[in-house]
Amino acid sequence: MKKMPFAEFFRNNGPVMGSLLIGLVGFWLIFLILLPQLSMLDYSFRFNLPPAELGGPKDVYTLSNYEHLLYGSDETKQSFNTVDLKVFVRTIIAAIIVTIFNIVLCYPLAYFLGQAKGAGMARLLVVLLIIPYWINEILRAFALRIIFGETGLLNEALMFLHLASEPIDFIRQDVALYAGLGYAYILLMLFPMYNVIESLDRNQIEAARDMGASWLHIHRRIVIPHAKPGIASGSTMVFMLSAGALAAPQILGGPSSLWFTQLVYQWFNDSLNWQQGAAYAIVLLVSTIAIVLTFMKIFKVNMGDIGK
Amino acid sequence: MSSGVAVDLENITIRFGDFTAVKDANVNIKGGDFFSFLGPSGCGKTTILRAVSGFLEPSEGRVLIGGNDMAGIGPNKRPTALIFQNLALFPLMTVWENIAFSMEVAGASAKERRKRADELLDMIALPGQGDKLPSELSGGQKQRVAIARALCANPDVLLLDEPLSALDLKLRQHMRTELREIQKRVGITFIYITHDQGEALTMSDNVAVMKAGIIDQIASGHEIYDDPATPFVASFVGENNVFRGKIKSIDGGHAIISTNRSGDLVARITPAQVGNLAVGDEAMMFVRPEAFEVAPEQGSTGQNLVSAKAVNEEFEGNSFSVFLEGDGGKLIKMSVPNLGQDRISTQGHDLTLRYEPSNAVVMPAGELASE
Ligand SMILES: Nc1ncnc2c1ncn2[C@@H]1O[C@H](COP(=O)(O)OP(=O)(O)OP(=O)(O)O)[C@@H](O)[C@H]1O
Ligand SMILES: [Mg+2]
Repeated sequence: MKKMPFAEFFRNNGPVMGSLLIGLVGFWLIFLILLPQLSMLDYSFRFNLPPAELGGPKDVYTLSNYEHLLYGSDETKQSFNTVDLKVFVRTIIAAIIVTIFNIVLCYPLAYFLGQAKGAGMARLLVVLLIIPYWINEILRAFALRIIFGETGLLNEALMFLHLASEPIDFIRQDVALYAGLGYAYILLMLFPMYNVIESLDRNQIEAARDMGASWLHIHRRIVIPHAKPGIASGSTMVFMLSAGALAAPQILGGPSSLWFTQLVYQWFNDSLNWQQGAAYAIVLLVSTIAIVLTFMKIFKVNMGDIGK
Repeated sequence: MSSGVAVDLENITIRFGDFTAVKDANVNIKGGDFFSFLGPSGCGKTTILRAVSGFLEPSEGRVLIGGNDMAGIGPNKRPTALIFQNLALFPLMTVWENIAFSMEVAGASAKERRKRADELLDMIALPGQGDKLPSELSGGQKQRVAIARALCANPDVLLLDEPLSALDLKLRQHMRTELREIQKRVGITFIYITHDQGEALTMSDNVAVMKAGIIDQIASGHEIYDDPATPFVASFVGENNVFRGKIKSIDGGHAIISTNRSGDLVARITPAQVGNLAVGDEAMMFVRPEAFEVAPEQGSTGQNLVSAKAVNEEFEGNSFSVFLEGDGGKLIKMSVPNLGQDRISTQGHDLTLRYEPSNAVVMPAGELASE
């Protein structure tokens, strides 16, 4: 009985096309997702050895790369690696803040788009929101840098209106970074929310209103519970991608504020220590997954709802 | 038990842009009445109900509930409860939370809410089902939960928008009786919307028949059936045979209409149109299928006799429907009660049909229901 879906799949697509499709999906899963990740996992438990010693007696599994993140050194465990750990915690907290910021910003918009009467106008608005995303992520980040720069649009405007006497350093204050991260993935929050809210029967809102419910009560009891799967799926994506972002922190981050992905990048690219970089990347991946699962548990979201 | 609150619509007109959905409606609904709006799809029934519940403000005119003008008062502040065409139960809440939602809004404790919900569940004959989700109930059970949810708010007026239309025939008939009983028990005013005339006639104290935004007649079901005010009402409510012609003479409450196919026929002038008919006017006469009988003296002529040829016969259980072709091919329907004895089929025979003039009504010609 378990095989039934496959049998039907083959009947619908024919044996040749069916095998081809399944082969492609399998290729994608194995070669593009599973193998690279597994090799990263393998790397993270190995020493960074010169090519000559690979496969030699020194090429054994080790926890030293992980210990480095924790203690800053392979030998002593006297003090914690506060520099890198701080960056890690800061990245996670900032990603959570960006996610919350996106939820707060997108909810009213998604509600308006999903429940507005003039569907044509809502469609147009959605298209207008998508167009900026045809532009490359890096270009968008630079555009924001120009806006937030010392002689940028925003500072000029503030000075012109006499709201500021001298330019504000938005870059150093991380305002630009947060704005950039918030903007980078906002559509991934908006669309899942919009989809679920659009599927809410208007009559339910009216029925609640008819029974005397305030707007706040209606949102708390009717709209938000209905939208929960969409909020969860949007939040997961925004959180994961923000925590793993590289372009926005690189371009918009202040000189003193590092993002954890930048550390990973440095290990791979500057120090040419892939083993160390892989360990950092694995820690980030596992932590973000753990955090997402924890939040799903707290808010009672099922795994199946996320895909909606 | 409350005695119910009156609802008055004074010269209500409702427009959507250029389109007039309801035109100059005047309705006075007595407190405790079971009042129905009956009309074909799209005639403005839901629109009227939304104006009463406060989801839209009439373009002109006033809505009065218990004598109070409702202008500017939102749906959450009106003493009405609306049961939606699709019920609109909250799918993520349990049945008892659904029922007690209005109390939750008012800030009642969970214990109070549960208690009241259980009482109402008993009333709708679903005891112990409070912890289910709406999706776990049958259509008829959902229906009853929607009624309980609306009643929980203790409304003065209950508004029902075709709540039975999604149910199958047997359940619909059962729910009709049940609704009527609930209404008698709680004693509040029910305003009921339907395009099903059987539903309107069996349940209501009074019925308003609507056609394209205009109310043609407001009366008891009996009157609407026996004394329809317009050709639309006569043809929309129940089945009717129509005869067109010109008025030949008028004598008190009766008139003679000369039809070009069946000769001169006599009928009662429908009460709403007494005084509106003059000799020479285009008129319509209506005779119900059950008002026809086979005349004892076949082949004779008269002002209450119609000759026709039986072409078809349908068995309907409690009656036979006989379809006859009158002069010029016009189809006449006659309903003959099934009395159980051996019956000789009339199919293929030329017949003379007879009706009691008091069972036929005549009125100025007008638009018929298209169904
Ligand atoms: N918000 C609106 N905007 C524009 N036109 C509307 C609106 N609501 C209703 N109408 C129009 O008003 C007319 C009456 O609609 P209404 O919903 O009252 O019909 P109804 O009698 O309830 O029909 P049904 O039996 O099919 O439910 C229809 O022609 C409809 O298209
Ligand atoms: Mg309707």
